[in-house]
Amino acid sequence: MDSFQPLFEQLFGSEWGVPLFLLAKNLLLILAIIIPLLLAVAYLTFAERKIIAFMQVRVGPNRVTFFGIPWLGGWGQPIADAVKAIMKEIIIPTGANKFLFLLAPILAITPALAAWAVVPFSPELVLADINAALLYILAMTSLGVYGVIIAGWASNSKYAFLGAMRSAAQVISYELAMGFALVCVLMMSSSLNLGDIVAGQQGGSFLNWYMIPLFPMFLVYFISGVAETNRLPFDVAEGESEIVAGFHVDYSGMAFTIFFLAEYANMILVATLTSIMFLGGWLPPVDIAPFNLIPSIVWLLLKIAIMLFFFLWFRATFPRYRYDQIMRLGWKVFIPITLIWIVLLGAVMQLPEAALQSFPLNLWF
Amino acid sequence: MIFQDFVFYSLASVVIISALGVITLRNPVYSVLLLVLAFVTSSGLWLLLEAEFLAIALVVVYVGAVMVLFLFVVMMLDINLDQMREGFWKWFPFGAILAFIMTVEMSMVLMSKQFSSEIIQTPEYKSVDYSNTKELGRLIYTEYVYVFELAAVILLVAMVAAIAITLRHRTDKKSSNASRQIAVSRNERLKVISMPAEKKE
Amino acid sequence: MDFLLPDFTPAYPEIFLLFMICVVMLADLFAGEKNRLLSFYLSLLTLAGCAFITYGIYSTEVRYTFSGMFVGDAMSDTLKLMIYLTVAAVLIYSRAYISLRGLLKGEFFSLTLFATLGMMVMVSASHLITLYLGIELLSLSLYAMVALQRESAVATEAAIKFFVLGALASGFLLYGMSMLYGATGTLHISELTKSIQQGTADHDIFVVGLVFVVAGISFKLSAVPFHMWAPDVYEGAPTAITLFIGSAPKLAAFGFVMRLLVEGLGELATDWQGMLVLLSVASMAVGNFVAIAQLNIKRMLAYSTISHVGFVLLGFIAIGENGYSSAMFYVIAYVLMTLGAFGIIMLLSREGFEADKISDFKGLNQRSPWLAFMMLLIMFSMAGVPPMIGFYAKLAVFQAVLEAGYVWLVVVAVVLALIGAFYYLRIIKFMYFDAPEDTRPILFKPDVRILISTNGLAIVLLGIFPQALMGLSLSAIQHSM
Repeated sequence: MDSFQPLFEQLFGSEWGVPLFLLAKNLLLILAIIIPLLLAVAYLTFAERKIIAFMQVRVGPNRVTFFGIPWLGGWGQPIADAVKAIMKEIIIPTGANKFLFLLAPILAITPALAAWAVVPFSPELVLADINAALLYILAMTSLGVYGVIIAGWASNSKYAFLGAMRSAAQVISYELAMGFALVCVLMMSSSLNLGDIVAGQQGGSFLNWYMIPLFPMFLVYFISGVAETNRLPFDVAEGESEIVAGFHVDYSGMAFTIFFLAEYANMILVATLTSIMFLGGWLPPVDIAPFNLIPSIVWLLLKIAIMLFFFLWFRATFPRYRYDQIMRLGWKVFIPITLIWIVLLGAVMQLPEAALQSFPLNLWF
Repeated sequence: MIFQDFVFYSLASVVIISALGVITLRNPVYSVLLLVLAFVTSSGLWLLLEAEFLAIALVVVYVGAVMVLFLFVVMMLDINLDQMREGFWKWFPFGAILAFIMTVEMSMVLMSKQFSSEIIQTPEYKSVDYSNTKELGRLIYTEYVYVFELAAVILLVAMVAAIAITLRHRTDKKSSNASRQIAVSRNERLKVISMPAEKKE
Repeated sequence: MDFLLPDFTPAYPEIFLLFMICVVMLADLFAGEKNRLLSFYLSLLTLAGCAFITYGIYSTEVRYTFSGMFVGDAMSDTLKLMIYLTVAAVLIYSRAYISLRGLLKGEFFSLTLFATLGMMVMVSASHLITLYLGIELLSLSLYAMVALQRESAVATEAAIKFFVLGALASGFLLYGMSMLYGATGTLHISELTKSIQQGTADHDIFVVGLVFVVAGISFKLSAVPFHMWAPDVYEGAPTAITLFIGSAPKLAAFGFVMRLLVEGLGELATDWQGMLVLLSVASMAVGNFVAIAQLNIKRMLAYSTISHVGFVLLGFIAIGENGYSSAMFYVIAYVLMTLGAFGIIMLLSREGFEADKISDFKGLNQRSPWLAFMMLLIMFSMAGVPPMIGFYAKLAVFQAVLEAGYVWLVVVAVVLALIGAFYYLRIIKFMYFDAPEDTRPILFKPDVRILISTNGLAIVLLGIFPQALMGLSLSAIQHSM
């Protein structure tokens, strides 16, 4: 790809050629990430419907196929849904603030996609290999809440506004616990670069993955991730039975679909980050012959799929939390746990080398 | 570096326009959103200065948390803007004169020789693997540990103060005790009794 | 890693205090409603412990630690001991008052101690950031304390005014500091001096920075024209908290001005001298004239504070050891008088009655001769009647200013002080020559009686024998410069 650089320099001069070339190259790379991501989102919705149907002893979508092939029954469903969404009218309520109403879905999806810039798929395959990747991810995930709040306010509806308020408080509360859990990860790896974090978990087997020494943090992070994406059992921002559909009650057509896309893209992001930071990323569970021959990206995708399965499983299993219980879980349970764990981890890391070596079965410090 | 200049001037103009919007727009929600925009673009400017940690911290702390709460409050307020704008034109000349004097003073200071590029050199560019997060961390926990701790104490005071001012123990509200709900055991709620089967008449 | 663990010894009092604040907060949490006084005793114990430690590490040499951000010297130790004493007196005076008004909560004590910590940080700061954080720690605690009585609309209004103006002042201060940093490239106070001496930087930048810094300081000191918050806050806050705001923070503010203007910007003395002359004359004039028109005694004392700030600034104008030590003496004397004055206001108040009108003092002599006598001593001292401490404090300041050659300033100050005497003497007239409107007896506990008597006697005795305190101030200043 770099062979096109001279062409750009020829066309635009050396001063502008290099930046323009980088721009074009990065645009292509971004598309290479986003298109598979959007496809994955589409089929995640399909997987969700199928898996939940299975858990509830139903069949799920099984009609729409490609070219009438019977055994592909249902696989055309996400495409059909997308076409339907695009065709539908975007209704803007009379009292709504038109500009913000349309801006909100964009603000929701942008950070969900932007966060992918620093996610590594293999040791080499990463768009932006920056040092502060972990911080960047935190920043991007914290921006997502604007879409929800603005949607709630711009709709000029009580239900939407209630949903937005709930969502804002919830996301901010869980961000703290999430951040503290990530602090533990970066203490273990002493790096903010996601590639280095995976490299820090290398060492032969799954016992080296941060999931083992940081098990409580793994749970806190993943549960906070579920809460941050407003998924069940923490979906009080939508809460169909209480506030109709929460912040997006007035949205229809493509505007609604974009919120939907953002939610699922965020789910995949949380699953990916959990895999990278706690489950060893692209590392095989055991570093011996049949396992380490499988390409690393397969392992990563497998781990992501497992974490996504948990998301769907939660949805099928748990009833929705009450709002005060959500707040209680975030502030009174998770934050104390993470704080104590940080202190504990710091204390262990400060132990003298000899004392650490004398621990039986110590793989991590 | 023409490209960097281009990025700088576009970000800087966005910052200025959005900052002007913050104080001139009539809708407070727009003002808050423009303030968010100003923060995000300033963070872009800091990135240009190779201060990536500060740039991202600005987004995480201010945009991601502080401004969300701010927006939260502003959206719930019912401000009568006409009332707030009363007396604006009466005081405008006074304010304008003050602002003018301040601008002249500041430009005199900032345009003085002290801050010219001859005295203040451009810092050298660092290599790619230079992590300014690490450097900041090292400074904060060694040389600046005293002020770091003081800042922590100030945050603690803020927390104590906020709780002291807002917490009230209401006696007229009913709420459930979550810890007790969770700790409940089957025996407290359910009693299995054995009953002889009744005969069919 | 070439990092050496800092020497913690000079900062032991601060570390101990912070530890004890956490203990007080936790103890209060578990003590429950009935044992609220536990926090009171724990706080007093903490202050005693701090005093013990400070006395233990007291020495005349200058000790820097935490990479030069913290300095311990004779001045900081002396001021810290005074602060402990003042805060302890405030707590003892306020006990009955706060328990009647539902303020006897753990937060009152923890915030008081946090504010104390802020003051200690201020007086032993040798870095602009430390100075700023100290003043923020103090102010934040004070804002919260003013608002602590949340049902009271007046207190809330006072808190908001205090907070908004205080934040503005902090902004001024920070902006000025950033100018100084821009001109010198350092935030260490000792290096600031060196850098100014070398004279590499543009003088104009220093002057602009100095203007903002002085404006910020004047806000915190409530000097005219930055005094607007003081009367409202003094009047609106519960008296116990007014007492606290009016007393110990003035000691810390003195330390703050010493560190920033004298130690850091001493080279620019000719520039800030002129600013302080303006502030000082304006404060004395506005304070004394407006106080005459007040009917609320807390408001009147606020204006009296403003005028006293003017006199303290006189000491700084007379650059030099004598000037600074006389200013220090004046501050200590002022704190002693304020403690007594607000202490008596609190003693006169009872449940549902604030005793904050000047007319509430009518006929105090018939109701409680001893209390009236103490108030008489305090008022005489504030007015500057010999042989009270207030007289000697004014005298010392005037001497220093005369030595510096500002004869006209002394004349103006004396005239304004005479005008000020009017409203102090009016209270004495009310107490002794008017019939009481309210004949209920005044009840108070023996510990408060001992405290108020000691306070009153100290005002007289230190006025007759000022040498000890003056010597203490002088040696504190001499060993720190």
